[in-house]
Amino acid sequence: MRDFALIFQIARTHLTSRIKQTIVATLGVTFGISLFIGMVGLMTGLNDFTEELAMTSTPHVHIYNDIAIDRQTILDTYNLDGFNVVHHQKPKGEKQNLKDAFEIVRVIQQDERVLSVAPSVATQVFYNYGPVQLNGSVLGVDILEEDRMFDLRDKLSSGTLEDLLNTNDGLIMGVGLARKLNVQTGDRVTITTPQGYTMKLRVVGTFQMGMGAIDDVRSYADITTVQKIMQKDNQYITDINVKLKDQAQAEGLATVYERLFGYRAMGWEEANATLIIGNIFRNILTYTVSITLLTVAGFGIYNILNMTIYNKMKDIAILKAMGFSAQDVTRIFLTQSIIIGLLGSLGGLILGYLLAYGISKVPFDAGDVVNLTSLPVNFSATYYIIGIIFGLLTTSLAGYLPARKAGKVDPIEILRG
Amino acid sequence: MPSVLEAKNINKYFYEPTKFQVLKNVTFTIERGSFISIVGKSGSGKSTLMYLLSTMDTDYEGTMTVNGQQLTGKSQRELAQFRNEHIGFVFQFHFLLPEFSVLQNLMLPAQKLGRWSDEEVEQRAFQHLKTLGVEDQANKLANKLSGGQQQRVAIARALMNDPLIVMGDEPTGNLDSVNSEIVFETFHRISREQRQTIIMVTHDEDLAARTDRIIELKDGEVIQS
Repeated sequence: MRDFALIFQIARTHLTSRIKQTIVATLGVTFGISLFIGMVGLMTGLNDFTEELAMTSTPHVHIYNDIAIDRQTILDTYNLDGFNVVHHQKPKGEKQNLKDAFEIVRVIQQDERVLSVAPSVATQVFYNYGPVQLNGSVLGVDILEEDRMFDLRDKLSSGTLEDLLNTNDGLIMGVGLARKLNVQTGDRVTITTPQGYTMKLRVVGTFQMGMGAIDDVRSYADITTVQKIMQKDNQYITDINVKLKDQAQAEGLATVYERLFGYRAMGWEEANATLIIGNIFRNILTYTVSITLLTVAGFGIYNILNMTIYNKMKDIAILKAMGFSAQDVTRIFLTQSIIIGLLGSLGGLILGYLLAYGISKVPFDAGDVVNLTSLPVNFSATYYIIGIIFGLLTTSLAGYLPARKAGKVDPIEILRG
Repeated sequence: MPSVLEAKNINKYFYEPTKFQVLKNVTFTIERGSFISIVGKSGSGKSTLMYLLSTMDTDYEGTMTVNGQQLTGKSQRELAQFRNEHIGFVFQFHFLLPEFSVLQNLMLPAQKLGRWSDEEVEQRAFQHLKTLGVEDQANKLANKLSGGQQQRVAIARALMNDPLIVMGDEPTGNLDSVNSEIVFETFHRISREQRQTIIMVTHDEDLAARTDRIIELKDGEVIQS
């Protein structure tokens, strides 16, 4: 410990006696780390934002009936060895619902990895606005289950969820859609299904997800209301959404459900593959740039320390003559680069925080597409810890080589002149 | 008189530019408390011999024993520790650490040794500076002193850990006659009073003549001892 105090004292004297060089080296690290913090904050902020956005509309696992053209024709079953051609094949008039949907819901509910399950029935509709018909959809849900799934309550602009439960012809409409139709809470709106069924529903509330793709087309209604406008029975369910305790398990469970129930089950990662690829690219970019910056800072330290050691050959020889060992000398110079690294990194964290804060205040108008007023920035402590580890690691590494060289200086050559 | 240093059959070669034997079968014993000068023409190997004795050069044949402890074959680390504790150095060009104050320069070897507390070390440093008449320079940076003052500080530093042996490589070589005399007198006094051994390489024959014993080298061989 005494030894360390002594080595630290010598290192400090070396650093303070050429303060300009020390500051330059420290600033190199500071800029490297602060840019890392700023960039990683913005990038992960964007990642989190897009992921959250995706999660407002994507369930962890979505089970639905994927209508596909049956490639196998009747001909194929009879004429096994023949070469059969059927032109303009059409799908059968299949029902789009999930058979035994409530049984599926019951089975999934028993899985302890599952947080909640929400059956729903969706249909395309036309919203009639005078003579104009607007294309959109109505989602029939158990509104309380849906709230548990997507925090719907927080996204209501007007009305309450309970209003929907208290009527049998209520609608909670996306704000974009409501604006287009020029309706407000309490107004009535006429909808028409593709099958030609027309019905008047009352808007009891509006919601805003922050994504135009949803806010401009979707309304929520009670499950029975939608079954009614579709003229289906009360077992008619088209989609089952599952929320998990751990969203990372989604892909695995989706595969299991697909095998178990025979319907298409899609995990959120698959549904948002483009977003996730984007996240990966942003991460690669961030780390590439940061490592480059820190490598440059590291070379700066390497250079400065190398020069210092060259200038201090005489001092090193004296220290060795006094009885400092090669390891002591190495430690003296390594300590210097670690001090530079530590001060530089701490400065970098502070500057990086300010940078990130500045970025988070930059106004950003994403228009109607997403609800965003300024750039999203992540201030998670993790990246600050990574930053300081990063900084210390590069500076130690950059300092180690010259420091070891200093330890190997042969005092006799220098003392003899 | 007990011997403090024994050199036995020391041979040393230089390999650059061609193999060349610098020291040939050098053997001698030095008694405790004696003031020795090593003399010889330049190229006679006197400096080389001193650096071997200093333990900094380990590339030689033969054995060397200091204070009953055989140093030949010890690791660099052990030798560094040994130097710190038992050997003090004074060089021709003073060689203080320029960014440190005079006081810090003195304290470093003692702090490295760790035998005394920092307060004691400081007291000892002042004591030594006073003995050499440079205590008023204690808080100045080392490179702000004159040559003579620096050399006196260097001697004070060499004495900090009460070494068995003080070695000087032409310690007066760069000084005027007044300062030379001070240096010589200090060496003389500590060898008498403290029974510390002084080994001094010099080419000043007058100075050498006043020491207890002269070891003269010629072409790497001891011709007078």
